[in-house]
Amino acid sequence: MKEEVRLMKGNEAIAHAAIRYGCDGYFGYPITPQSEVLETLEELMPWETTGMVVLQAESEVAAINMVYGGAASGKAVMTSSSSPGVSLKQEGISYIAAASLPALILNVMRGGPGLGTIQPSQADYFQATKGGGHGDYHLIVLAPSTVQEMVDFVGLGFDLAFKYCNPAMILADGIVGQMMEKVVLPEQRPRRTDEEIRKQCPWAANGRADGRKRNVITSLELESSRMEIINHELQARYKQIEENETRWEEIDVEGADYLIVAFGSIARICAKAKEMAAEKGIKVGIVRPITLWPFPTKAIEEAAKGKKGILCVELNAGQMIEDVRLAVHDSLPVEHFGRLGGIIPSPDEVLEALEKKIIK
Amino acid sequence: MKEEIIIAGFGGQGVLSMGKILAYSGLMDDKEVTWMPSYGPEQRGGTANVTVILSDERISSPVLDSFDIVVALNQQSLDKFAPKVKKGGILIYDTNGIHNRPTRDDIEIYPIDAMDATLDLGNSKAYNMVVMGALLEAMPYKLPMENVIKGLKKSLPERHHKLIPLNEQAIEKGRALLKK
Amino acid sequence: MDIKDIIRPENKVYSKPELLEEVHMHYCPGCSHGVIHKLIAEVIAEMGLTDKTVGVSPVGCAVFAYNYIDVDWVEAAHGRAPAVATAVSRLWPEDVVFTYQGDGDMSAIGTAESIHAANRGENIVMIFVNNAIYGMTGGQMAPTTLVGQKTATTPYGRRIDLNGHPLEITNLMAILDGTCYVTRQAVHTPASVRKTKAAIKKAFENAIAKKGTSVVEVVATCNSGWKMSPEKANEWMVANMFEKYPLGDLKNE
Repeated sequence: MKEEVRLMKGNEAIAHAAIRYGCDGYFGYPITPQSEVLETLEELMPWETTGMVVLQAESEVAAINMVYGGAASGKAVMTSSSSPGVSLKQEGISYIAAASLPALILNVMRGGPGLGTIQPSQADYFQATKGGGHGDYHLIVLAPSTVQEMVDFVGLGFDLAFKYCNPAMILADGIVGQMMEKVVLPEQRPRRTDEEIRKQCPWAANGRADGRKRNVITSLELESSRMEIINHELQARYKQIEENETRWEEIDVEGADYLIVAFGSIARICAKAKEMAAEKGIKVGIVRPITLWPFPTKAIEEAAKGKKGILCVELNAGQMIEDVRLAVHDSLPVEHFGRLGGIIPSPDEVLEALEKKIIK
Repeated sequence: MKEEIIIAGFGGQGVLSMGKILAYSGLMDDKEVTWMPSYGPEQRGGTANVTVILSDERISSPVLDSFDIVVALNQQSLDKFAPKVKKGGILIYDTNGIHNRPTRDDIEIYPIDAMDATLDLGNSKAYNMVVMGALLEAMPYKLPMENVIKGLKKSLPERHHKLIPLNEQAIEKGRALLKK
Repeated sequence: MDIKDIIRPENKVYSKPELLEEVHMHYCPGCSHGVIHKLIAEVIAEMGLTDKTVGVSPVGCAVFAYNYIDVDWVEAAHGRAPAVATAVSRLWPEDVVFTYQGDGDMSAIGTAESIHAANRGENIVMIFVNNAIYGMTGGQMAPTTLVGQKTATTPYGRRIDLNGHPLEITNLMAILDGTCYVTRQAVHTPASVRKTKAAIKKAFENAIAKKGTSVVEVVATCNSGWKMSPEKANEWMVANMFEKYPLGDLKNE
């Protein structure tokens, strides 16, 4: 398949991207607002073309454990779900992280807690960036703000996951999942052959071909002193990821008096609010964290210099703001604005919040 | 060029697919486009709306408070979105079932009888394309018809391509409503 | 006669399977797991599947199964072995994938995964060791614990009104269209050991032939958990377990 320009929903785009980036297997369970991922894959029948496996599992729990099994065998595998389903997957995600396996997980967030709503939300920031499951671990968390980034982050997510042998998550919201935009689908990347997988992932459990020593994928180590070493190894890898893979976007930060920090599609609503502010003579810059973990702490610290205040806009009650406050060490006022339960704020509301909470 | 448009009506009136065809037509004309639906329980029997933005530049917010063009296809949508037309903007509404007409004098208002025109065509499914025709006629940005046809082809599944001539006819019918 | 006259290749009647690792097993003396491990190791080696077998070990007493049999392994979360095996099998269709699960793994926390993998007819082998108790965590009630049986969480014996009925999950598996072979065996006598080995072999053959899911239940003892000598445990199993869990094929297509 050649590069192609299309108009599609973020969720559909994820399915196309998975196939085109050479994903080996997708395992999922339907849940609104992201069921189009599985539906689109089933419609496209990639098992007939690239040989990709697509399976509707009996539950989110089974799906993430299929991902664990697939990843343990060296294949590029993924799952997708929405907030309540992602909660169910947390045990499996912890196992995948603990066993140092590459995998990709998509969360199209909806309003919670509990069963909540099916409308957009960003209330799973803590869950995604601070662990989510049990134990000291991190996911590489990518926050797309456009349908194009939904596509690009499938490729980036797999690349980073395999580079660091660590699960990656695309943390999207219902807006970017459900909206349609122009998107450039990449040229088909061939799936790796079994031989290539054996070479790239000599640790994988897929049968002792060529008489090699056996591989065991496990996260169990009852000897505490050895478990501590494993933990230190994980932490060393996280440090490396923090140093190499922190990503963010800045819009007109230089010369601005105020800063808005926002991620995902909300950053775009803030960009509109910024334009409206400019018409009133208010100079606003935007920092959009692209990796939520590792968080662009230093970038925000730098961007905050000389500013009069920061507004964090999130579709939650104030989660990322904690990381922003840590980044700027109380050197300037940092306030939060958010709508909850699936309500999308308008650019007007964002501007009004900036004026009331920060400019005063 | 930038057109910020919302199309609103009952679920089942083809609001979302009209938005999709409009967005795809813009894409065929090399524009940046976004299509943002209201989704969720509202869709079932209640109102549905979709925000479509066509632009030469990268589009920031796909969610808006005010619009260059509002297309309202029932009273609820008219009441909700008429006040959100930007000054000097355009409001198109279907007069069918409307008892409270809009009163703003700072915008262009085009009442159309799209249902009647659709019945003339003999296929009620072409309703949203009649409305689309009116929108294309009213919109300051003149989308070339050849790209609208390309947009139709891209949006409709292959098995429905035989309906493209009917859709084309419906669009012309809609355009004519405004020319009257 | 000197000892050297006895230790000769031609006199050898038994040897440890080549795929069993040279390590001490953590199982209690008298436990059935060791025998079942040995049978699996023998079958894999005899069928020439060493380089294409992936085992999926459970949470439970057999959590360390990966330390004992010299093939690739994935350690699953509790109950999820069939889901893990599903993915490995689908992604590596030339491999032979088996799960090794206890009664908690198969019939309590992992019931959904077990039933659905079998119902999809995944080309995998499920070895199910049923000893009617949770050995690893200190002898608590399992879904397969017999009525009246004393465990750490049924100190006065399992009661139907409080704990429900013993679950015959293997019977459930047998009625699913996705299974091709469902059998219940034991390893308490030389004859039963031979039968169990034949059953495991058949299950592996089915996986290679892509006939669907094979389930081999092994009714087993847990003399520690049951608080009996190994010998008494075997007697108790024959006298009590076989009535609820009769041996033999439930399905053989």
